[in-house]
Amino acid sequence: MSDTHAESIPFVRETTIPQAAPPAAERGVYKWGRENLFATPGNALLTLLAIYVIYLVLSATLPWLLNGVWNAGSLSECREILAGTRGGCFAVLVDRWEQLFFGFKYPSDQLWRPTLTLVLFFVAVAPVLFFDLPRKLLAFTAVFPFLAYWLIWGGPILVPVMALIGVAVGYVVYSRLVTKSFAGGFFGGIAAAVVVWFLGGYVIDATTGPSAMLRSVPSRDLGGYMLNFMLGVTCVSLSVPIGIALALGRQSSMPLIKWLSVIFIEFIRGVPLITLLFVASVMLAYFFPPNSTVDLFLRVVIMITMFSSAYIAEVIRGGLAALPKGQYEAADSLGLDYAQAMRLIILPQALKISIPGIVNIAVGLFKDTTLVSVISMFDLVGMIRGPILASTDWNGVYWELLGFAALLFFVVCYGISQYSQWLERRLATDHR
Amino acid sequence: MTTLTDPAKGAFRPSMLLYDTRYRSLTLQAIAAIVLALCLMYLYSNLADNLRAAGLNISFGFLADTAGYDINQTLIEYDSQSSNLRAAMVGIINTLLVAFLACITATIFGVLAGVLRLSPNWLVRKLMAFYVEIFRNIPVLIWIIIIFTIMTAVLPAPSAFRGDEPTSSMLFDLAAFTNRGIYIPGPYFTRGFGVEGDGGLNWLLVIAVLIGSLIATRAVTASANAKQEETGVRPKTLWINLAIWFVPIIVVLFALGLQWDIPALRGFNFGGGIQIGGPLIALWFALSIYTGAFIAENVRAGILAVSSGQTEAAAALGLRPRRVMSLVVLPQALRVIVPPLISQYLNITKNSSLAIAVGYADITATLGGITLNQTGRAIECVLLLMLFYLIISLLISAFMNVYNNTMKLKER
Repeated sequence: MSDTHAESIPFVRETTIPQAAPPAAERGVYKWGRENLFATPGNALLTLLAIYVIYLVLSATLPWLLNGVWNAGSLSECREILAGTRGGCFAVLVDRWEQLFFGFKYPSDQLWRPTLTLVLFFVAVAPVLFFDLPRKLLAFTAVFPFLAYWLIWGGPILVPVMALIGVAVGYVVYSRLVTKSFAGGFFGGIAAAVVVWFLGGYVIDATTGPSAMLRSVPSRDLGGYMLNFMLGVTCVSLSVPIGIALALGRQSSMPLIKWLSVIFIEFIRGVPLITLLFVASVMLAYFFPPNSTVDLFLRVVIMITMFSSAYIAEVIRGGLAALPKGQYEAADSLGLDYAQAMRLIILPQALKISIPGIVNIAVGLFKDTTLVSVISMFDLVGMIRGPILASTDWNGVYWELLGFAALLFFVVCYGISQYSQWLERRLATDHR
Repeated sequence: MTTLTDPAKGAFRPSMLLYDTRYRSLTLQAIAAIVLALCLMYLYSNLADNLRAAGLNISFGFLADTAGYDINQTLIEYDSQSSNLRAAMVGIINTLLVAFLACITATIFGVLAGVLRLSPNWLVRKLMAFYVEIFRNIPVLIWIIIIFTIMTAVLPAPSAFRGDEPTSSMLFDLAAFTNRGIYIPGPYFTRGFGVEGDGGLNWLLVIAVLIGSLIATRAVTASANAKQEETGVRPKTLWINLAIWFVPIIVVLFALGLQWDIPALRGFNFGGGIQIGGPLIALWFALSIYTGAFIAENVRAGILAVSSGQTEAAAALGLRPRRVMSLVVLPQALRVIVPPLISQYLNITKNSSLAIAVGYADITATLGGITLNQTGRAIECVLLLMLFYLIISLLISAFMNVYNNTMKLKER
């Protein structure tokens, strides 16, 4: 090329110019800042405002956090150590951590029991949350509720053992009969379990003596964050099956079943949880047989479970409604009966759609367990507002305690919602 | 050649109750009805036994008895000699008041945060995400207690405003923030219909004038629309509308002699003006910022639900950005935003029952708290309490159904 035009064109570049760096305004931090922080005058103003807000928050909390006192016996001692400078009195957390986590009446030489239960809880819940773990771990999950009951409440070990045997027998009967018909297996299993429990009652009554390997702790001695945790876990796990039943009931073609479900769900969703807790604390006892003592913990569990099952039922109903009609028709055309269609086709898909909603309900419910402090149960908030702030040593340490409570709830709730998002991505089988 | 015929209709056999799908549902419902009836009978007999053993009965006569306790914040006349029913009414009005206030402010917070979460500004986006996550993941009860603690433990006592060198001072000499509540100037009338009393008729007149202005501005807008349809030119309405809004109300307020009652220190406490109690503020503000975080997520989801093609199509038609927002994006986003927004309002109403934790006299604290404890009528009080909340919820969901039906996409 260059040869032919050698006479007419004085200069032809034969190599490419090395690439120049982009102008300073178009690269790096500068570009990013200009596009994301100072794009327009209004935007720049917002940025400055945001920086000011951040400065206000940090200047208020950072000295308080960093200059905190961790070793002191009382608030006045804290103030002496601080000597007028700003700083938090976190010594209260060190001094009262037992009460914050376990309540003020749980025997302090037995605290290893709830701690061990918590560790075992993570082991038990792991195979439910993460599908990649070996399925055999689910056996431990099945045993865990009975183990946890025994560890926390103590008392004769025969009680949870008999309950476990009842459930095991029921399961065996169910798995034998379910191949013929689901209803037969379901009710047969329940009947078998009830028979075993009934017989077990006699066995427990008959065996007297020092069978209590762990000291018995009454329910009213439970408290602190442990109580929130126990209420949350128990009520959510109980209310998922009840919620499924209610959602199916609401979709049922049988008018009686349908209207019973509708009335139950709408009634529960229409009243605040606190009125249901009032029912648990002052009214429910009237509905139990005379002379029976059903302790407050159990009554609260019953009411919170009713509460959350109504909400979970609505979430699952949404999942059922979101399934294309073809799925129901396909199940029918395969000749599956109602129970088979639900168990094999409908529910697996509907539950998958409902998982984010169920997790939302679970987070909300866990937060709502703080309401039990209103009916004078000493959960985390109840402990803070009651025994700790009322004590002469720590009267007036508001922010450290409330901030700590907020932090505990934030960690758990945020963790659960992050898990839910991960699970959603994991279960997304469409839109590849 | 074979013909298919229906199988011969056999006589009814008992086994058909279980194996024939035509009858099975009847059998199941009959069983369910019997089980339900047995359960209810069992519970009722337990209730009757327990009540007899405790020497109680179910009666609502206590509502007419003297309540015998004072309520610090009332909107209607009430003293300790009033009946329990009156106390419950005070509670109902207080519940509705805090729910109404919190709904308004929560919507403002929520819309602001939701829109700012979509802002092109990175820092603002992150800050709003932080706000939403912090407030959604911490129980509302803890927020209520935190704000109530700020109200009672951080704000100065009225005595701090006293003396030659007070440690606290009033905001612009108009409002005082104390640990007994916030005092703001209150309007009152010097002339008018009402005799020297509270001037209720005057307020009615003011409201009537405002409603009249609203109707008039709508009429102006409608006639402007008609003219635009006809001629293609829209007449200017801004000044007419402003005049319709402000002139009549200013004239009326002058005629009635509006004055402001500025709060001032009297004795050990502030007097005059309007006092907003600490519990009300704590509950109001906590419910607003807590629910605002949820509303922010709804708003964000609603705006994201309008596909960008809609915005681009509107821009291609030559609409200006403000009109794109008001004519294309908002109407579609609102259809997504409003239903969850209304259920958030329902949540606010239900969460306002947490008033009992800070001593605000709502229905839960009067009927379900003091009245219940003083009369011992647990069953009656709790039932009435549930009934009240149930009625509110049903009203709100009825309204939501009406809204959903009117806003439904009209498919033909």
